[in-house]
Parts: sequence; structure tokens; C-alpha cells
Amino acid sequence: MQTYTEKIRQAAKRLLSEKRVDAVIGFRKGTVVFMNEPYLAKLPEQADQLVWDGNCGINLANYLPNMTGNIAIAAKGCDSRSIVIHLLENQIKREQLYILGIPCHGMIDKRRIQARLNGSEVLEAVDTGPNVRISGRDFEQTLERADFLQENCAICTHKNPVIYDELLGEPVEEQQIDRYEDIRRIESMLPEEKRLYFEDLIKPCIRCYACRNACPACYCPTCFVDESKPQWVGKTIDPTDTFTFHFLRAFHLAGRCTDCGSCERACPVGIKVRLFTKKLEKEVKELYGYEAGVLQDRQPPLDTYRPEDPEPFLG
Amino acid sequence: MSDIYIAKSNFRGVIERLMGRYRVCAPVKNGSSHDFAPIEDPSEADLGFRNSRLSPKGIFHPQAECMFDYNLAGEDPQAGILTEARKDFSPQVVLGIRPCDAKAFRLDDANFDTDSLKDPWWVRRREATTLIGLACDDPCSTCFCISMGGGPYDTAGLDVLLLDTGEGYAAQVLTERGKNTLEATSGWSSVPSAISALTLEKKAAAEQRIGQAFDPAILVQKDMIELFKSPIWEEVQFACINCGACTFLCPTCWCFDIQDEVCADKGERLRLWDSCMFPLFTLHGSGHNPRSQKVQRVRQRFMHKLKYYQDKYNSGPACVGCGRCVQACPVNIDIRQVGRLMASPGCSCPA
Repeated sequence: MQTYTEKIRQAAKRLLSEKRVDAVIGFRKGTVVFMNEPYLAKLPEQADQLVWDGNCGINLANYLPNMTGNIAIAAKGCDSRSIVIHLLENQIKREQLYILGIPCHGMIDKRRIQARLNGSEVLEAVDTGPNVRISGRDFEQTLERADFLQENCAICTHKNPVIYDELLGEPVEEQQIDRYEDIRRIESMLPEEKRLYFEDLIKPCIRCYACRNACPACYCPTCFVDESKPQWVGKTIDPTDTFTFHFLRAFHLAGRCTDCGSCERACPVGIKVRLFTKKLEKEVKELYGYEAGVLQDRQPPLDTYRPEDPEPFLG
Repeated sequence: MSDIYIAKSNFRGVIERLMGRYRVCAPVKNGSSHDFAPIEDPSEADLGFRNSRLSPKGIFHPQAECMFDYNLAGEDPQAGILTEARKDFSPQVVLGIRPCDAKAFRLDDANFDTDSLKDPWWVRRREATTLIGLACDDPCSTCFCISMGGGPYDTAGLDVLLLDTGEGYAAQVLTERGKNTLEATSGWSSVPSAISALTLEKKAAAEQRIGQAFDPAILVQKDMIELFKSPIWEEVQFACINCGACTFLCPTCWCFDIQDEVCADKGERLRLWDSCMFPLFTLHGSGHNPRSQKVQRVRQRFMHKLKYYQDKYNSGPACVGCGRCVQACPVNIDIRQVGRLMASPGCSCPA
């Protein structure tokens, strides 16, 4: 993973000095453990601040809509698919972008690691590739990286960028895996059981909208929760309003969500919001055989109409 | 009342007796974190916590609060009259609150409890509440209370401060209210003599661990317009996604919105937490928005916390260094780093 840092810095320096791009979107090292900060490098000297490791879970495509000028962007598999969605939905032009594709080994889930430690604070973490070496005030441990990936990374089937101008590493092997085991388990619950399950899931929500704002596919100038003439959704933490927000956002993402996991990463109270979006992802896959952003010339099914769209309700 | 002591083995009894007279809010374990909540049994209180995920400001300033209700039903004699919503101001105790959060309430008082304007619910809740604090011996790496004028053993805003001595708690009684509350319980004894040396040691150790983040006093000297126009904001703002995580978790953020929820001929007027990070925050009825750009909103937040509040009230920044925003920000915007940049814009090194 160290090598990605070097490669990104070299590419950024080159692109900025040649003025091929006006800015490079990447990450710089964070001030707290397990975090990096999205960073816009505009000068060649600033390229040296760029880093890439297992703490780059936020989807940088989030920053693209409505950007002007030429921009280079570091993009792992899921990010690149989000870029395709942006291109299909005219949020940015292909000519503006120089995509630095990053075959991804998965991102670390800091909450999973913290949970394992029963209260001790991790002060430093070194991502060595197969392992993560963590240390605190009075402990040191080496963890198997694969056991502490973000949940979306553990079941990822598109680790390699689907679109890029330059690939910064060797493609990684994609896995065959059942992505919807947890969704099917919820689907098989009885209605009352399901209702209690979701009520419990959504209970901590404080309607901060970190999930929505971290999501590259949520770029509406006025989100439906902010409409006021008329007002569609209440702004209290009443469960009905909170459900409305989460369910409706998931529907708006149907066929557009690339399961980058930024929403879950961003949530300050640790809600597993991907349980909503993955359900819709499964529905779209089954109905339309479509995966968001994989093919550059196929629009998300709910953005468009095709005569062969399934219509089971017509009998 | 001089300092007193309770063995941990007797502490359950203290909580029980408190619960006999007060509603007791304490840190309750919630998955892998804690939140302050009213407890039904002493065993729910977990004073082994670091700090709560959400600040306890919801105890005085709930996220969604009904202010008034009304109905327009023709025959009802109360029709068309705004009736104040029923509130519960019964005496309560917040047990285990950290010095940073207690100090934050003092900072919030500058907004809710002034000579000219008093928020009736905030004021009455504050009057009905005893804050029994717990000194910090295990601060997080994100804590920076000392730089903000506080400290792990700071007593500002507290009625009682508990010091964990291992086997028990030594209680510093700080106010008349604190004295009355503790007198309502029993089981306390006098402080064993070895304790004071031990607590001084632990206090020094905690303070050393927290260290210094930046000096907010430097910002008082700086010209406001110069800070406002500083080129640092263009860089600071990039990562921000304008969610409300920092503002909702912050104990010194108080901004609210007021709106009505109406159904047919019945309605409620609500006060709701709002966030300067949200684009709607400054949207005028005319459609004009003076802070329509992200950079303006990001700048506003830090200027308010670290500059405007200092200039206006002359009592330090509107930040207690609890570090919740640092932990919660999805993109690692770090107020300590922003403070450093504001104090000396030439420095662009991270952390």
C-alpha cells in the first residue's frame, strides 16, 4: 500500500507541473488514527501531502459534481463506478477528468477494531498490507487486515476501477461471493419482527445527514427532506420521519449506489444504513440485471425506460 | 460541607438514594459507546466510560421540543390559542458528567440565560438540575480541554466533582446545590488522608497527557476582518461535506430552528436543533442565502467558536475541547488544526 502513496504523488506532481489538470483530489494524512482527510492539491509541491492506505474509505467522487476545470482524482473500484454514474447523469464531463485508478485491497473499519479492544484507545496504526499493527498506551497488537475490513469491502466484487486514465497498480483478483445473505435474512423475517428490527436499527439516528452528504450519488441541490413548499418530511427525530428519510433515500439510490460504504463510515452513531441501500441494490440486480456504474453506456434503470423492462404487475 | 468519600462498594446505595428524590441521568452503555439517559436501576449507570457519544446538552436543550400546541376546532373554547406544552421540571441529577461538558453549559448560558433574554425552559431545567461531575483520569487523544481553558479536574459549572480513587470516590462539594443533593443521600465518610496526594498525582498525569493543542488567546489579538479574509479557509473547507455531525455532537452548539407541524386543524410549534453547516441555515424568505457556499459556512463555524464568541463575551472560546467533533467528523476536519492555522496561517503542516 505504501507504493500507492508514492505513485499518487508522482502522478499528481507530473499532472500538476504539466498543467494537465488544475487540481488533484486525493487524501492527506489524518490527525487521528484510522482517518485521512480528503485533500485538493493545486500546486506540484502540494502533491507530497498525498497519501493512500487502508484509511481512504470516503468516496472522493463525492466532490466532483459541479466542479469546474480539469481535475485528477484517485479512485478505487467503487469510486470509479460512482464516477461513471456522475458521467451518465451529466454531473461532470469526461474531458475534465484524469482518473488515477487504484485496484483496491479494501478499507479498514476503525469501529470493528475499536470494538475488539474493549475501551482501550488505539493511538497508532500501521497498515502493512496483510496486517494492521495497532498500539495504544499499554498494548500492541498485530491484526489480520482481512478480519477488520469495512463490511462493504469484505463482500466487494468490483475492487478494480472500471474507468481510468492511468492504473496505479496491478489489478487485484475479484471474488465470487454472495452479497445479499444479510438482506435475505431480513427479508425472511415476519412483518412484526422486521418492524422491530428496523425500529431498533434507526433508533440512534440524529438526522445529521452525514450519510447523505458523504454519498456521491446524493447531489440534489435541494434534498427532499429540505423541501418546504410543501414540507414532505418532518425534521424531528420522530421514527416515522426518520424512516421516511432513510427509506426514500435508499429508493433514490436504487441502481445508483455502488456500495462504497461512505455512508456507514460517515455515520457518527454507527448505524448500518447499507442495509437499506443493499436491499434496493438487490432488487435492481434481480429485476434489471443491472449493477451501478459498471458499464459506461448503461443508464441506471430508474433513470430511464427500456421496452424490455420487466413489468410483472401487468401479468 | 468539606470533601467527603464513598467506597465504590457503597456507591450503588448512593445512586439508589439519589433516585429516591431525583430523576437521575447517567452514562448508559449503548452498544460500543455511552449516552446520558435517565436510569431505572443503579446498575445502568456506567462511570467507567470515557465520555458519551452525544453530548448531554439534550438534557437542557432537547433535539426536538414542543413549545406550544393549538387547535382550530370551531366549538373548542381553547381554539386559536397557543398553549404552552407541558414540561417536566422535576429535580434531576446528572451523574458522571465530565468537566468539559459542565463547562459547556456555562458557555451555553451566555445564550440562553442573559440579563435581557431568558429561555424559560433552559433556565428552569438548569435550576432543577444538580451536576455531579467525574474527573478524567483517562483522557482521549482527541481531548484538548486545557487549551480551551478547562481541564480534566476542572470544577467550572459543577455542583460536585467526584474523583475516582480506585476503591471509592472522593467528592468535592462545590455549591450549595451540590451540598443539598449529597446531604439527601447518606453513606459518605470523611476522605482518607492518603487520597489528596494521590489525586494531585493523577490530575497532573491526566493534564500532561492532554497537553496543549493551540492557544485561543492569540485569536483575540488578531484582527477579525483579517481572519475572515484569510486564505486558510479555502483549504480547510475542501473536505467538509456540510453534514451536522459536528454541530449535533457539540456541547456548545445551541442553534435551533422553529417550525410548526400541522395536521388538519391541530398543530404544534417545535424547536429543533439546526446546524450552520446546513445550506438552509441562512436561507432567507426572499430566497437570498448569504452563506450559500460551503466555504462561507465552514468559515462561519470556526470563526464563531474560536473568534466571535471570544470577542463578544470576553471569556474564552465557545469550545471546551471535548473532542467529539474531531472523533465524529467523517472527513477528519480537526478543530485543533484549524485553530493552529487561524493562530499562525503560515503553518500548513498536518497535526
